[in-house]
Amino acid sequence: MDFFQVFIELAQSTVRLSTPLILAALAGLFTERAGVFDIGLEGKMLGAAFAAGCVAYISQSVMMGLFAAVLVSVLLSLVHGYASITQRGSQIVSGVAINFVVAGSTVILGEAWFRQGGRTPALTEDGRFGRITLPFADAVREVPILGPLYSGLLSGHSPLTYLAFLMVPASWWILYRTRFGLRLRAVGENPGAVDTAGISVIWLRYRAVICCGILCGIAGAYLSLSANAGFTKGMTAGKGYIALAALIFAKWRPKNILFACLLFGFLDAFAIRYQGYAFPLIGRVPVQFMQALPYILTVILLAGFIGKAIPPKAGGVPYVKER
Amino acid sequence: MSVPHAKLPGWAEYGLIPLVNLAVAFLISGLVVLIVGESPLEAAYHMINGAFGRGEYIGFTLYYTTTFIFTGLAVAVAFHCGLFNIGGEGQAYIGGIGVALACLSFDHTLPWYLVFPIAILGAAFFGALWALIPGWLLARRGSHIVITTIMFNFIAASLMNYLLNKVFKPLGSMSLETRTFDAGGQLPKLDWLMSIFGLSVGTAPFNISFLLALLAAFGVWVLIWRTRLGYEMRTMGHSSAAARYAGIKEAKIIVITMMISGGLAGMMALNPIMGEQFRMQLDFVQGAGFVGIAVALMGRSHPAGIIPAALLFGMLYQGGAEISFEMPSISRDMIVIIQGLVILFAGALEHMFRPAITRLVLGLSPKTRDVAATKGA
Repeated sequence: MDFFQVFIELAQSTVRLSTPLILAALAGLFTERAGVFDIGLEGKMLGAAFAAGCVAYISQSVMMGLFAAVLVSVLLSLVHGYASITQRGSQIVSGVAINFVVAGSTVILGEAWFRQGGRTPALTEDGRFGRITLPFADAVREVPILGPLYSGLLSGHSPLTYLAFLMVPASWWILYRTRFGLRLRAVGENPGAVDTAGISVIWLRYRAVICCGILCGIAGAYLSLSANAGFTKGMTAGKGYIALAALIFAKWRPKNILFACLLFGFLDAFAIRYQGYAFPLIGRVPVQFMQALPYILTVILLAGFIGKAIPPKAGGVPYVKER
Repeated sequence: MSVPHAKLPGWAEYGLIPLVNLAVAFLISGLVVLIVGESPLEAAYHMINGAFGRGEYIGFTLYYTTTFIFTGLAVAVAFHCGLFNIGGEGQAYIGGIGVALACLSFDHTLPWYLVFPIAILGAAFFGALWALIPGWLLARRGSHIVITTIMFNFIAASLMNYLLNKVFKPLGSMSLETRTFDAGGQLPKLDWLMSIFGLSVGTAPFNISFLLALLAAFGVWVLIWRTRLGYEMRTMGHSSAAARYAGIKEAKIIVITMMISGGLAGMMALNPIMGEQFRMQLDFVQGAGFVGIAVALMGRSHPAGIIPAALLFGMLYQGGAEISFEMPSISRDMIVIIQGLVILFAGALEHMFRPAITRLVLGLSPKTRDVAATKGA
């Protein structure tokens, strides 16, 4: 039973740690499937987390915080869109720029407004997302196996966690079962054909970028309103890049994104729990190795040793209408 | 494909446009200073004064400049081949291994002028090695270089954390750094160079690797514009199809370019490790690899542009430290904002002001007006 208890705890922290990854990776899915590469996921999440922390503290309302997070993230996405769609600038350069501007300004503004060393003031319960306890969670806790699974693993998460997991099938449905999704994927593969059909490539890509902004905003809000009680300096700590890695690891497919993010979340949870623990046979696994594992796995995948990750064909190329 | 923009004279292309982009980046930074509730003019004064006000300040400015010349050149070399090496940060970090190994092995026995060349080779070797893998993966397996180099930055950070913890840290020490090097692992300061201008370097770690950086800049110019390899790299950068048609071996050029780029980034490690701290510390690169992107974009990937761009960022880093000292509400993170804005306006939005500037410049120049008139008639 002890082993089972450990399993439940590991699984629960896996779910918690994967939530922002899932949201951010789905955000990347929308833009990259439309042919706009985005390495600015990190910056958008960080900006959203900051906005959420500030607004939730001032208004004492978690929904206002969430709204501010989405707004800031969408605005940053539009900057990326303006640079890479309208001005046809390099998408990579634009993403890098956004990451830096956000990393610097969250600290400067946070310090100027709250004077707590780049943090936003700690949020009270009103300013945070509580945990949802599913019906009967307490009643069935004593039932063997299923009880802990239900009340320990399925119940007791932030509403944003449930939203993140629901977004996976929802994104799949949007991308694969709606007209908008079909066109979005087409514009990432062959924008010329979409243009010939009389559909605006520019407007489609802008809409994809806005979708990305919304999801990144929720991911950021999760960090400062749910996983923590407020914003701390640099709190994304590379999660945007891990999400990017997960997106590639998932070969740009919604279902795979769920598994990739759960895998990377699990690695994180495992590294935290077993820091300095000596395993039989292997001995002590350096925590640094566990931290680097998502990146190493992604590189191995990119090298084509575990299947092949083929990016959207028109990804990274600004669209120029032929005259 | 239609050519979207008319050709501008050189002074406008390489002088005016970068200056306008830079001015916009600074204007927006000034706005941020205003939002914080401080005076942008006062900040600008502290920045200029803090960067150039005294010999010692100039020494610090040039110390940072040295670092940014290396990382800027690294990004620029890859740009010429059409590759975006975003991994300068990791390559510089790993390059530190070469410097540390050279210094730790020979600092008791050899004088600095013998350890220095070994450290240069070591830094370049390890930096190149870290860039070789992404280069090889692109050349042979088609992996996207931007993504692999980002991943390698993180892998480098974990690896160095591990190595400093388990290998380089002296027994019984708590902080994650190597032991302090003896005289053989310490580069001399360039106080003679400063005293020519009647300035004193003071405590500034302005050291001989600055000259190496200038030499590297010249070397890059020779490589890109005066050698066959450079020609092949530029051909690939313009059109990989043309390069293939001309019989240029793509895979080979990609790998070599990435190794040169990584080697240059790795050599950055000489400056902080042998020139300032005399030991290798955790996270000694401090984002210099990313500054290299801004420097290369500002300097239009030409050594003659990279050196002033590196000086500009050296000024920002040293002056920024001074601002945060004088005006506590503006911490050094202000530099990160400016850096991001420079990358945005000089890089991603470089064409934003071009149509207006083209109209202005070509409209003002009488020669082109005549040409336009005769065409019109």
